[in-house]
Amino acid sequence: MRLELIKRGNPSKTFSIFSPFIALLLTFVTGAIMFMLLGKNPITGLYTYFIEPLIDPWTREQILVKATPLILIAVGLAVCFRSSNWNIGAEGQYIIGGMFGAIIPVYFNEWDSPLVLPLVMMMGMIGGALYAYIPAILKSKFGTNEILTSLMLVYVAQQIVDWLVRGPWRNPAGMGFPGTKDFNESAILPSFYEFGDAHYGSVFALIAVILAWFFLSKTIKGFEINIIGETPRAAKFAGFDVKKMTIFAFLISGALAGLAGIAEVSGSVEKLDDKLSLGYGFTAIIVAFLGRLNPLGILAAGLILALTYIGGEGAQISLGISDRATRVFQGLLLFFVLACDTLIHYRFRWVKTVDNISGTKSGEGT
Amino acid sequence: MFGFSLDVWISIIISVCAASTPLLLAATGELIVERSGVLNLGVEGMMIMGAVAGFSAAQLSGSPYVGALIAVFAGAIFSLLFGFLTLTLVANQVATGLALTILGLGLSGMIGEGFVGQPGIKMLPIEIPLLSDIPIIGKILFGQDIIFYTSILLVFAVGWFLFKTKAGLQLRSVGDNHTSAHALGINVIKTRYLAVMFGGACAGLAGAHLSLVYVPQWVEGMTAGRGWIALALVVFSSWRPMRLLVGAYLFGAVTIAQFHVQALGIGIPAQFLTSLPYIATIIVLVIIARNRRMTMINTPASLGKSFVPDR
Repeated sequence: MRLELIKRGNPSKTFSIFSPFIALLLTFVTGAIMFMLLGKNPITGLYTYFIEPLIDPWTREQILVKATPLILIAVGLAVCFRSSNWNIGAEGQYIIGGMFGAIIPVYFNEWDSPLVLPLVMMMGMIGGALYAYIPAILKSKFGTNEILTSLMLVYVAQQIVDWLVRGPWRNPAGMGFPGTKDFNESAILPSFYEFGDAHYGSVFALIAVILAWFFLSKTIKGFEINIIGETPRAAKFAGFDVKKMTIFAFLISGALAGLAGIAEVSGSVEKLDDKLSLGYGFTAIIVAFLGRLNPLGILAAGLILALTYIGGEGAQISLGISDRATRVFQGLLLFFVLACDTLIHYRFRWVKTVDNISGTKSGEGT
Repeated sequence: MFGFSLDVWISIIISVCAASTPLLLAATGELIVERSGVLNLGVEGMMIMGAVAGFSAAQLSGSPYVGALIAVFAGAIFSLLFGFLTLTLVANQVATGLALTILGLGLSGMIGEGFVGQPGIKMLPIEIPLLSDIPIIGKILFGQDIIFYTSILLVFAVGWFLFKTKAGLQLRSVGDNHTSAHALGINVIKTRYLAVMFGGACAGLAGAHLSLVYVPQWVEGMTAGRGWIALALVVFSSWRPMRLLVGAYLFGAVTIAQFHVQALGIGIPAQFLTSLPYIATIIVLVIIARNRRMTMINTPASLGKSFVPDR
């Protein structure tokens, strides 16, 4: 017996909606098996991971805090991935965004004006966009592989910020800990209510989702993106400028990642330190695919991935499961999403293995 | 030279070899994968799985050789996950490769949790009798660990396989035009599965070299982008094994030089030196990409494209 794929005449509407849900279900099942292997009750495990964080208002707020950078970055990645620009260095753009945004609070800490906050946010976006511009220009000018360059730049960004917060930008009164001075009140992104953790970055994320949705589904440029991604040859004949699109997609994605970075720095940490790089830029890749590169889907997917972070913290405390299990969950989820997407374009059929003339006998795993 | 004695120079060169070996191994594997028309971006993930599997197997069995063997298997089995998705389910290769890396980094962290901080068992050099007594080059070429020897032999073996054997020709034809290869009766999917597994095995062994020779310890995320540099090396080599050898050793040399400059303490921030290999990778990629003609000739034409046979 072997599995054979039959191409569908048209992409299946049912599966393009349901494939992310099937993927989630498969992740739950695999998760349950994993909990059993770890000697835990699978029901309790899944409950702690995926239900418990939704009950307590405090953890609900934490989910929002985590989802904010994930959604912001993933929306930008959707623009990139849809146009076949493989920006996988969003983590670097996020870090540099946080760093750029910190320039004003670091050098003009005393400046107190309502102008400061918008400027700080803008600087973050500029920083992220500039950093994304590097792989974009290298790709469009020299044809350099953007996957590798954007990723290499993540490591460079980590080193730059590490150097700044331990060197020139270190708070002299910080007892030797790496990190800048605490930001002035005027440079801090406010929380929704006093002493709350959820800050206005979430509003940015929501606005980004709506704008991106409108842009991708209702504008000519959005249409162009889809054509370039899906049928590059057709795009060429239509006279679309693929190179300009590369620059455009990277700039958008870099700016959003940069905004995510500065929102995190100014809204959550309230200073720049050496713990900014937590891998949101990579998790956002999963968010983008789980959301099927659709901004509205990404909104939901970002909340789900944020849930796994918070659930993972809970499981670590109450069940003693390593918080690394969270990353395993996230990785598995992406695998299942990609596997289930096959169902959109293909049907499966089991066939008896017979050697046919062309010799397409089953290979391993087929 | 530079006030270093000959012995110091020899030990520096040996450390360059140690830094280059994992890059060379992983890149050799990926070269075969890409020659078959498959782009597996999961090298980093397979490598770290090899590192953790190799380290834990060595700790449990007491033998670094058992560790290395298990690492090879771990890499190959892990790569099957990628193979199943991209070859059987024709999923997007770029995304699936990323998924493999993300999953590998997470899974290895979980598996290796109990081994953090444990002193590892270092794989000792095997000195080849007579040959290792040759002055200067004896120690460098014939006084090293078995993974080093494997990495060098493998590049030559892969070069011979690709360009001198029928199977190698078939593999290249699958990578250059899978439709024609299929029409000629070559089993495209099977060829690609085998290539992907070979790539996984090589990346696994590369990881084992890190956790059993180079460091030798288990540190979470210890591959630190080496899998990605290996991918860049394949582009740098324009898919030719011998150039891989040059590239890998160039990068190894940059890495080691960076350590020595740090030790000299001439006021350059350590963070700048640490990022040098990554910046070097970008520069090399740009230089290679500018030379379009050479790249065009050698790039496997079906690279990254999925194959579904017509029935």
